[in-house]
Amino acid sequence: MTPTAIKTITPALERLARAPYYQPVADEVALFEAAAQKRLPVLLKGPTGCGKTRFVEYMAWKLGRPLVTVACHDDLTTADLVGRYLIVGEETVWLDGPLTAAVRNGAICYLDEIVEARKDTTVVIHPLADTRRALLVDKRGELIQAPDEFMLVISYNPGYQSVLKEIKPSTRQRFVALEFDYPEPELEARIVANEGGVDLEMAKKLVKLGELTRNLKGAGLDEGASTRLLVHAAQLIGAGMAPSAACIAAVARALSDDPDMNETLDDLVRAVF
Amino acid sequence: MFEHELEEKLDALLFASPSHRSIERLAGLLAPLPRRHQELVLHWAGVAAQTYAEIGYLIATLAPQVLTRLDEQDFAAWVIAGLDAYDKEGLRPAMETLRDLEGFIAVKEGRAFVRFAEIEPRLTRFVQGLAGRPLALKAGAYPWTDTETIYLPERLALGRSAEENRRLYQALAVLLWAQTHYGTFAIDLEAELARWPEREQALTWLAQLETVRLSACVERALPGLGRLLAEARGAWPAELAAALPELQAPDATVATSLRWLDHFMSAGAVPPAPSLHPRLDPATAWRVRNERIAREIATLRQALAALKSAAGGRAAAEESFTARRDDETGTVEILLAGEAVKLPDAAQAALHSLVLDLGALPPEALTPAGEGAWTPSEARGPGPQGVSERKADAYYDEWDYQRNAYRRGWCHVYEMPVKPGDGAFVRETRRRYAAFIAQLKRRFEAVRGEDRILGRQPEGEEIDLDALVEAVNDRKSGAEPSPRLFCRRMRNDRSLAAMFMVDMSGSTKGWVNDAEREALVMLCEALEALGDAYAIYGFSGWTRTRCDIYRIKGFDDRYDDAVRAAIDGIEAKDYTRMGVAIRHLTQLLAAQAARHKLLVMLSDGRPDDFGDEYRGTYGIEDTRRALLEARRQGIRSYCVTIDRHGQDYLKHMMGPAAFTVLDDVKKLPLKLADIYRRLTV
Ligand SMILES: Nc1ncnc2c1ncn2[C@@H]1O[C@H](COP(=O)(O)OP(=O)(O)OP(=O)(O)O)[C@@H](O)[C@H]1O
Ligand SMILES: [Mg+2]
Repeated sequence: MTPTAIKTITPALERLARAPYYQPVADEVALFEAAAQKRLPVLLKGPTGCGKTRFVEYMAWKLGRPLVTVACHDDLTTADLVGRYLIVGEETVWLDGPLTAAVRNGAICYLDEIVEARKDTTVVIHPLADTRRALLVDKRGELIQAPDEFMLVISYNPGYQSVLKEIKPSTRQRFVALEFDYPEPELEARIVANEGGVDLEMAKKLVKLGELTRNLKGAGLDEGASTRLLVHAAQLIGAGMAPSAACIAAVARALSDDPDMNETLDDLVRAVF
Repeated sequence: MFEHELEEKLDALLFASPSHRSIERLAGLLAPLPRRHQELVLHWAGVAAQTYAEIGYLIATLAPQVLTRLDEQDFAAWVIAGLDAYDKEGLRPAMETLRDLEGFIAVKEGRAFVRFAEIEPRLTRFVQGLAGRPLALKAGAYPWTDTETIYLPERLALGRSAEENRRLYQALAVLLWAQTHYGTFAIDLEAELARWPEREQALTWLAQLETVRLSACVERALPGLGRLLAEARGAWPAELAAALPELQAPDATVATSLRWLDHFMSAGAVPPAPSLHPRLDPATAWRVRNERIAREIATLRQALAALKSAAGGRAAAEESFTARRDDETGTVEILLAGEAVKLPDAAQAALHSLVLDLGALPPEALTPAGEGAWTPSEARGPGPQGVSERKADAYYDEWDYQRNAYRRGWCHVYEMPVKPGDGAFVRETRRRYAAFIAQLKRRFEAVRGEDRILGRQPEGEEIDLDALVEAVNDRKSGAEPSPRLFCRRMRNDRSLAAMFMVDMSGSTKGWVNDAEREALVMLCEALEALGDAYAIYGFSGWTRTRCDIYRIKGFDDRYDDAVRAAIDGIEAKDYTRMGVAIRHLTQLLAAQAARHKLLVMLSDGRPDDFGDEYRGTYGIEDTRRALLEARRQGIRSYCVTIDRHGQDYLKHMMGPAAFTVLDDVKKLPLKLADIYRRLTV
């Protein structure tokens, strides 16, 4: 059987209709645009919930390209990314995986939390991430040359402590790395106000709480509250919850299961309101 | 009874007493008591000694003083309270309960009080959250701070209920944190106070005025705490009324308080005596603050020097560093050639702390450290001593940060077995934690996951022949064939070797050592379920020529009775020369074939050795270096420490490694296995 003899299904990809809300923090937008122009792949580093996914969505919209996002996990196989044969009744068909679909469509492919993927899976992106810019679909014996619009973006949270989950130097050194962190208080308050639908005054208090919990990183907490958690708290407040109840549910309990730590987090919530 | 008679009786009662001399001393202590009291003491000391000789001994020692405060009936109750504490919590808490006579009396009188020890862990974490830089909590005679440690009274009984007293503790801690955060010590107060002959009075006034100013600062930033402070103190004393508006204004500083101090003192006014009342020790705070500033400037300059040399011959190397302050947020950034530089964590923390202390960066902090520049002046120790007869098993280089070079073959390592214990401790631990261990095992088994092949999958790497044959047959016979024709391999690729390095230094004696041993027992049980390769070694030493490494479980040893006896036999020995231990164990770990290698250190404090040589910066820098070397060999390290006051140096020392600080030793046994699991899932 040659690839052409078999029916191939390539999912069609859409562009984002509306601009996602994204608040630039430093020069990441310009850097990303430059990388896109020079067809370089990009690595986004940063703690959880600091806006990496949102940034990629925004950039995809700004560059007018479709976006394919894959959340990586430890059972993710090469076939999950590249595609596979399916037997449908009498017929064998080939279904393009998200990566292949992105390459064919000239989309941005975002592999979220790349370290979660199995090592042998990560290697398929290597030829796409250097000057070859090609994807080998070995089951079909097909080599797809990526169009100029195709762009590979991966993300990685360096706060991860697991020894089993380190990004290999041979992978990492193919990428332009953009470092993310929680934004400055002013900016973060603006984001929380905008996303969470609360006034700036309330947003500032939430950001203050975020700062206090981040001070506990390494002293009982693996991570402080992310922007995402603060947005969640704001949304609960917007829905009519009392601020401290909202923060205890959306921030304190989300950060820790340890009863002692929870006590402290509750103390901090009460300190802010 | 006469002394010799008492001596005999005590000797018989306290069979395991430390020495005869101590019995003599004790008899001398009891001799002046009336006979009735002597008999009472002998009786209860005897009863207690049945449970634990040391408790009996302590009771007899404290008795003369206790009997001045308690009648005979209460004396008995006091002993029973101590024995209860022993049954429930162990030896140390029992001794503490007995020593805390004031606490016993407060309970007896039905006063609601809270002890510092009860609120310490929670309050420590809380203050850490507020401060964002290390600020320790300790018990002291009265509430004050030297800017690095907050001292709080042993016990508070001001409030009507325990909850109220807890809030008073919190309020005091907040005010003292505010002193360090809102610039109470930004001026040399000692110099200002020198003007007033009635020093105590001036100090009290100043503390009062600052409390007003700081309460307003706290209120603005953290309204919840503002309310807490207001409830704790009630209304401001009338004497302060005139000063309130100015002190509470957003632009008030310690200078405002000093102006009002001047006003009140010149008028000869007597300061009010409110209930909630932190005190000031300006001289100590000023010294501690200046030492910290010097230290942090040094850290920053060293980081800048490293950045400079990384910039190499590029143009940036010619430029100098500048600082930029964001007036809205008050944060300061360091720029090189107009671009913000990213500082290492330790330097970033130093920068943050300097800005807190000084409001801005002093210019000298921006000149990179270099030749002939500032180096920390620390007394250097004497030469090597205590040479052993046996030839060392290995020699290791040690990093001397002052020379910026290694001292070759400096440390002599002796590998040796642990003197095995009788196994009772391990048996007891396994019994006591049986339920927890079972739960741990289940959790670890879930992580393990076997390498297995799943058949009849809708997709997969391989064709499932059985399924295919069936499908072909189905089709021939006209039935609908199943599309599940593939096998899929689920891989278990944990190729991991872990080395546990256990602190056996003298400071671990008692609680820490017990906790370490318990933790190791649970860890072994859990790791057996997981199947990772692991080894456990202890370390301790006495100068560079006696660095002892104790083998508790090698990678090839099975977890059997011999290993359990070794765990049982782990005991507190001498000093903590960490660098060499890391280097030796790194060697052992590097020889393992596993793909991932992890070094986990258990310790209760900073590196230290006999003499001054290894103490302080030298040991911290050497340990840091050893960890970097390990990292270069592909070994990840992680430190679990019980040094609650360790936040300051840990960040720097652990450099490439990560760490966690346990605020309570008792948590170690329950946490260690879990920490390991998190590190390796
Ligand atoms: N700069 C920003 N502009 C707008 N929204 C932001 C920004 N940063 C964070 N957010 C908010 O935070 C939320 C979480 O961000 P996002 O999902 O992008 O995090 P992430 O970095 O991808 O996290 P993870 O690593 O957990 O996937 C977003 O939904 C958005 O509400
Ligand atoms: Mg994301």
